[in-house]
Amino acid sequence: MSDSHTEAGPILDIRGLKKYFPIRNAWGRRTGWLKALDDVSLTVRRGEILGIVGESGCGKSTLGKTLMGIHRSTAGEIVFEGNDIAGLAPSAARELRRDLQYSYQDPGASLDPRWKIRRSLHEPLVVHSDLGYDARERRVRDILRAVGLPPGHLDLYPHEISGGQQRRVGLARILTLHPSLIILDEPTSGLDVSVQATILKLFLDLLAEFRLTYLFISHDLSVVRMICDRVAVMYLGKVVEIGDTETVFASPRHPYTQSLLAAIPEIGGRRVTDTFWLEGEPPNPGDLPSGCRFRTRCPLAVPRCAESEPALRADWPGQAAACFLAE
Amino acid sequence: MAAETGPTDLLRVRDLQVGFATEGGVAKVLDRVNLTIGQGQIVGLVGESGCGKTTLSRAILGVLPRNAARIAGGSIHFDGVDLLTLDPTVLERSVRGRRISFIPQDPYGSFNPVFPIGSQIMELMKWKSPALSEREAARNTWLPRLHGRRRFREDRARVLDLLRSVQLPDPEAILAKYPHEVSGGQRQRLMIAMALLTEPKLIIADEPTTALDVTIQAQILKLLRRLATEHRVAVLFTTHDLGTAWEICDRVTVMYAGQEMEEAPSDGFFNRPSHPYTARLLSSLPSRDGGLVGIPGDIPSLVDPPGGCRFHPRCDFATEVCRRERPGPSSIGPDSDHVVRCYHPVVDHPRRAAP
Amino acid sequence: MGTLRFVLGRFLQDRVALLGGILILLLVLVAVFAPWLATHPADVSEFHPAERLQGPSAEHLLGTDRMGSDVYSRLLYGARITIAIAVIAVGASVLIGVPIGLVAGYYRGWLSELLMRVSDIFLAVPQIVLAIAIAQTLGPSIENVILALSVTYWPFWARLVYAETRSVQNEIFVEASIALGVSPLRVMLTHILPNIMSSIIVRTTIGMGGTILTAAALGFLGLGPPAPSPEWGRTIAESREFLPEAWWYATAPGLAIFLVVMGFNLLGDGLRDILDPKIRRSRSHGR
Repeated sequence: MSDSHTEAGPILDIRGLKKYFPIRNAWGRRTGWLKALDDVSLTVRRGEILGIVGESGCGKSTLGKTLMGIHRSTAGEIVFEGNDIAGLAPSAARELRRDLQYSYQDPGASLDPRWKIRRSLHEPLVVHSDLGYDARERRVRDILRAVGLPPGHLDLYPHEISGGQQRRVGLARILTLHPSLIILDEPTSGLDVSVQATILKLFLDLLAEFRLTYLFISHDLSVVRMICDRVAVMYLGKVVEIGDTETVFASPRHPYTQSLLAAIPEIGGRRVTDTFWLEGEPPNPGDLPSGCRFRTRCPLAVPRCAESEPALRADWPGQAAACFLAE
Repeated sequence: MAAETGPTDLLRVRDLQVGFATEGGVAKVLDRVNLTIGQGQIVGLVGESGCGKTTLSRAILGVLPRNAARIAGGSIHFDGVDLLTLDPTVLERSVRGRRISFIPQDPYGSFNPVFPIGSQIMELMKWKSPALSEREAARNTWLPRLHGRRRFREDRARVLDLLRSVQLPDPEAILAKYPHEVSGGQRQRLMIAMALLTEPKLIIADEPTTALDVTIQAQILKLLRRLATEHRVAVLFTTHDLGTAWEICDRVTVMYAGQEMEEAPSDGFFNRPSHPYTARLLSSLPSRDGGLVGIPGDIPSLVDPPGGCRFHPRCDFATEVCRRERPGPSSIGPDSDHVVRCYHPVVDHPRRAAP
Repeated sequence: MGTLRFVLGRFLQDRVALLGGILILLLVLVAVFAPWLATHPADVSEFHPAERLQGPSAEHLLGTDRMGSDVYSRLLYGARITIAIAVIAVGASVLIGVPIGLVAGYYRGWLSELLMRVSDIFLAVPQIVLAIAIAQTLGPSIENVILALSVTYWPFWARLVYAETRSVQNEIFVEASIALGVSPLRVMLTHILPNIMSSIIVRTTIGMGGTILTAAALGFLGLGPPAPSPEWGRTIAESREFLPEAWWYATAPGLAIFLVVMGFNLLGDGLRDILDPKIRRSRSHGR
């Protein structure tokens, strides 16, 4: 789906990333840690679309925000274009992070309701570049065209355009800085199916035109299957499986991935409700089970699973899973 | 149209017209909508945002916002009685919550956060328990009602039983908890249990799994279908996610901009869609072989909607008659239960490839 | 700006706010044109004991006071003092309190705590008691009144802006701007401040009324500008011993204070109705 790159090295290399939130009782004393991200490691290749999937509490949103610096990481490295940006003070990181941008679930909400769209689109360039007004206006108009909006929109306020158009403006704002990596957080959530297709097509067009890389965080597996080159599955703060999208979907190795895929309805095909086997709910993230986190619900669990946490092993071509018993 | 109900029909909505007063004018949210639900059937009501499915559910339940909404015509026959002609207090005491119950999209908002779950459920039983006779339930309620020790014990046993059947672990502990202490999936199970407690004939489930994770959704759908079958209760299941409709619905009706377009048994609806909108909707779903196809155009304004069939501005097959007058229902195929409202139904098409 | 025209339109429809606006406009016009509107402008400093305590007549529209000066003319000049005190005192406290509130609200940590605790200390003492203490210590004059009022009023603004800043900070567009790399100062000035401006405007208007009342109280107690200043509070104090016979002497400034304070309150209430829900509603359009 994307051109192979000629530059060496991944654009983003996450090593052992941890983000722990303190759990405090009524008196403000810390009673434990919520391990939202626990030793996450993965690489993102230039030009690819890497999907991050998982259910609520898996840490995928926290991952996006920690990469962006909205949360300060507890441990680990985030090597973006050769520079470690984890744990840097916001002012130092700002420069290094310029090429890394984040798109909210509702990009329209990222627009100041009291500002005209023109001003919102100029703002990133005012902050990060020395371009004069005319040069900025030119670039802004270019981007507006690229996202499929008429230049007349520049004089409007966010509440004067539709939700879908606000979304495009939000995207345009990020693109004015010509980033190289964009983290898309739940970009299709809440969209009607017919609109979803249009937005996804837009993402692909922009990827090609601006030579972008995407980190595509979503809970919607069908969308991820359509657009992502590779996918990483998260459960309770850890990556349990990662690999080429088609490979993972066709033959998932980790039991959790298997149950996740088994839960997706397939119109015209088998009925999930007839065959679905996963019971119960994920354990309390502040009080995790020992060893493998999935073992309390896993049909394959053996005593070994309670003793130690399985590491991601890349035992299959284009695929890795964190399970002792996967084959 | 004669107001008789067919032998198996539990709910018959005919020519329902609802308008909402807005700043820009009257939004014609429902335009002469028909819907039929048979006894014990699970019927899916699907459509995108603004299609009117939530308004239709609310109209059946009788909870449209009183000031803004106006029912301009039509009938809602439930068990032989037109609900629109009923006295609102009778509707409130006897029908709503007893014979027709409701599962909301957001289970958290339905609970009062400062009372334990148990006390809220028992409060429901106090007013709407099936142990109450019709007369008792319809009684004037300005005096506080007493639960009565014997009935309380019976009701509590019924509650615990039902909580067990929705697979909630340790029901007695749950009753003592507060709403924020249980998870989203558990809350939705509670809502299902509460909907079944009053032994209704119809449950209206408004997007009950939209807010849930996909694995929890699978569990809840499974549960809902099993219980509906066991208790012989009909379900009106609204959703914008066609996959969930495929999972548990016997019949599916699709709506667009306040008009119902096609109504068919599940198999016929998904495998042999007849209305152009249905066909386009199904092909815009993400799938392995499909490209990224959307439906060009926008959902029309309901204040000034297109004339005739409201889909005609975006339809490839639209002709003059489509603009002038809305097509009436016509049957497709050998069975009379696949109904479509279209002048140019798609009759000949490839079956949707099974993945 | 389209919003300005919109606000004006709504304003003209709201009769209560319109009334308030008219009263304030009257106050401003009277203060500005006092020298021309007054029948006896010299009476601000001159006195004519022979004409003392005469009732309202054609020559003296609101009668004369105990020094024989024209009550009406002194009233008009008193309006200038009133406006000066209100505008400067409120203006100063806003200029001090708003930035403090912004900084305290935006940042977390010891600075924010310190600023808020300091303002809490000031707020713990009733404004008028503190103002009396300050004016008493420094001596009666118009400058000291303004100083006393500013010093006791700024914490109110700090507290208000602090709370509003904290709440706007959570909005997604603020987070997005921060993620974009906008500096904290820019975020505070260009994003947060405009979004809390409507709140500040409303409170400022209502605050003017309260400040005028407090200033009049100080004047009444003799802590304001000394004689022969035509300040309204002082005039009321002077008139006390001649009541109830020389009713015009107290009624004129009393009624004036009443109308002005009511005017500001009505205007402020009207502005609140116009500004807040509209902005909130326009924000949720199109979602």
